[in-house]
Amino acid sequence: MSARAGVATGPAALGTDLRRFLSLTFTLAATDFKLRFFGSALGYLWSLMRPLMLFGVIYVVFTQVIRFGEGVRFYPVYLLASIVLFTYFSETTAGGVTSLVTRENLLRKMRFPRMVIPLSVSLTALFNLGMNLLAVLVFALGSGVRPRLSWLQLPLLVLVLTVLGVGLAMLLSALYVRFRDISPIWDVVLQLLFYASPVLYVLSLVPDDFERAMLANPIAVVLTQMRHAVLDPSAPSAAEAIGPDVRLLLPLGIVAALFALGLWVFMRETPRIAENL
Amino acid sequence: MLAFGHLTATASHRAAERTRAAADATPAVSVEGVSKCFRLPHQRYSTLKERALHPFASRTYDELRALEEVSFEVAQGEFFGIVGRNGSGKSTLLKCLAGIYGNDSGEVRVHGRLSPFIELGVGFNTDLTARDNVLINAIMLGLTRKQARERFDEIVDFAELGDFMDLKLKNYSSGMSVRLGFAVAVQADADVLLVDEVLAVGDAAFQQKCFDQFDRMKEEGRTILFVTHDMTAVRRFCDRAMLIEKGRVVNIGDPEDISREYGEINFGDIAHGERDDADLAPVRVLDAWCEDSAGERLVSQAQGERCRACMEVEFEAAVEDPSFAITFRNDVRHTIFVARSDRTGPSGRFAAAERAVIGFGFDNWLAPSRYTLTPSVATGAAGPASAAVARREDIGQLVVQASHWSGGVADLPVELEVRRT
Repeated sequence: MSARAGVATGPAALGTDLRRFLSLTFTLAATDFKLRFFGSALGYLWSLMRPLMLFGVIYVVFTQVIRFGEGVRFYPVYLLASIVLFTYFSETTAGGVTSLVTRENLLRKMRFPRMVIPLSVSLTALFNLGMNLLAVLVFALGSGVRPRLSWLQLPLLVLVLTVLGVGLAMLLSALYVRFRDISPIWDVVLQLLFYASPVLYVLSLVPDDFERAMLANPIAVVLTQMRHAVLDPSAPSAAEAIGPDVRLLLPLGIVAALFALGLWVFMRETPRIAENL
Repeated sequence: MLAFGHLTATASHRAAERTRAAADATPAVSVEGVSKCFRLPHQRYSTLKERALHPFASRTYDELRALEEVSFEVAQGEFFGIVGRNGSGKSTLLKCLAGIYGNDSGEVRVHGRLSPFIELGVGFNTDLTARDNVLINAIMLGLTRKQARERFDEIVDFAELGDFMDLKLKNYSSGMSVRLGFAVAVQADADVLLVDEVLAVGDAAFQQKCFDQFDRMKEEGRTILFVTHDMTAVRRFCDRAMLIEKGRVVNIGDPEDISREYGEINFGDIAHGERDDADLAPVRVLDAWCEDSAGERLVSQAQGERCRACMEVEFEAAVEDPSFAITFRNDVRHTIFVARSDRTGPSGRFAAAERAVIGFGFDNWLAPSRYTLTPSVATGAAGPASAAVARREDIGQLVVQASHWSGGVADLPVELEVRRT
């Protein structure tokens, strides 16, 4: 037993016991994941169904109707991979927004570091991403994509997406406790981001001026780099697309800034979360 | 009871650890000048649109002072009761202690690991099996994964739900899930436990189990903060108790005194109504209780035993032949029985400033239930017309226990006689 002498108590965002923090986050995430997978007969299929359906519809439209994808190598794989990555981002943030409110019964009755809640939502989404990437892998190999060493960049890209998603989840979940219209607003923003990010199209097809501006969006950077590193080495990397390397600091700076803002707001709101719920 | 075998073995080991820990006199919980205030907006604008439409409207709010300058200390190994009426701030205080609410000012210090079970079975997910829920709940309460798995068998044994561990919790009865919750909570092995009204739920057998467990924890020297309305439990378990009212500490002290004071506050309206008269009255009622034939105060008694209902009075002025009475009311506040002195002859003369204890002995054949005692004193002409000059509603309590209940309000002993004609 850790007998910490005279600890002044109060609701903490992070707490002092890292092991407990991690084990709680993991337990909550694993529970959610388990519920999703074993709660229904087709568990895994359902969670894959959403990105697959979206993929199917867009694939038909963009290759058969508009004939847009023809100039892009491995366009179907790119489409599926980018949809899966964007789904990860939207699950992290949209799930994060309501996370504190849906876990009200825990927050009002139990003592544990508050940050566990939005983090566990992100972790569940990460588990899901892992499962979905397996499907992408099978599809990619089937389409003739060759494994390359640069695939190792993928975890790094997922990390960037995770930091962005967690930062937003912290920010939005804390705000949602007080302002309940954050949730519909965020739904609209996600829609906007979906089209503003090169999910359906590839960035190299966008006029140059637009391209630079769009690369301020960290998701666009992640997807473009993914295309270069995973699918087609001849496609421009994010650094090449954005021009001088220094400019890469802008999207990364945005990620860092959003994360810092989210952390700050969450820490500030922590003491009053339970009573404002 | 076999199931408790290895439970008590580890328990005594933990007890030894705790005794050592208790050697240094640091209080387990110390609360200094804690205040907590909730802002209650007159009209709450919880969306951005409304906020934008009424930029200044939401600035006015009422302040609800839930706690004001609350200070107390609880020693290690103490069983500390917190009582008060609904809305007096008990639960807010517990939540501040548990670190669920932040306090506005003041300081809360807890020595050792604290486990709140503000409510049993919180965090149970009805779609998961009992097995998963036990592990998750144990981790939420502060055990590590490994500890949770190790204690799993003890928890199952204690809950006596071994056959149902793979059942989803939504198929559990509410009693079963409460039992499971309690089993996990007691195994969470904290140094300081916060307990909020857990005795209010569960059947008689479960309550008895809770009581047994509390006795055991008390022996182990765990510190327990216990919020309740059940004065019997306060008298039975607590070493000290605290009464709070409107967010302020009214008194801290002996559980007997506190529960009596709680009774007064609870029926304060009646008491206040009569206090004006009471000031003028020549006699004041101090206390009422039941005792056994050995003179020990009773909280509960088995049916059929000898009982003495007692009241203590203090005379402000000399009084000739007052009559005394103690009214027994049951749970639903029906008057069951009135022990009165005016039928048994003159009570004598009492001098000013004299104190006396008046006892009514009787064989306790009341039906099993909880009874409250309302003592009263009347002066002047003895008889049914005499008006009470001093009376204190429900300041005493007695629980009568019996193995069976005949269905009436009293179970007078009967002699069976069969006469064939």
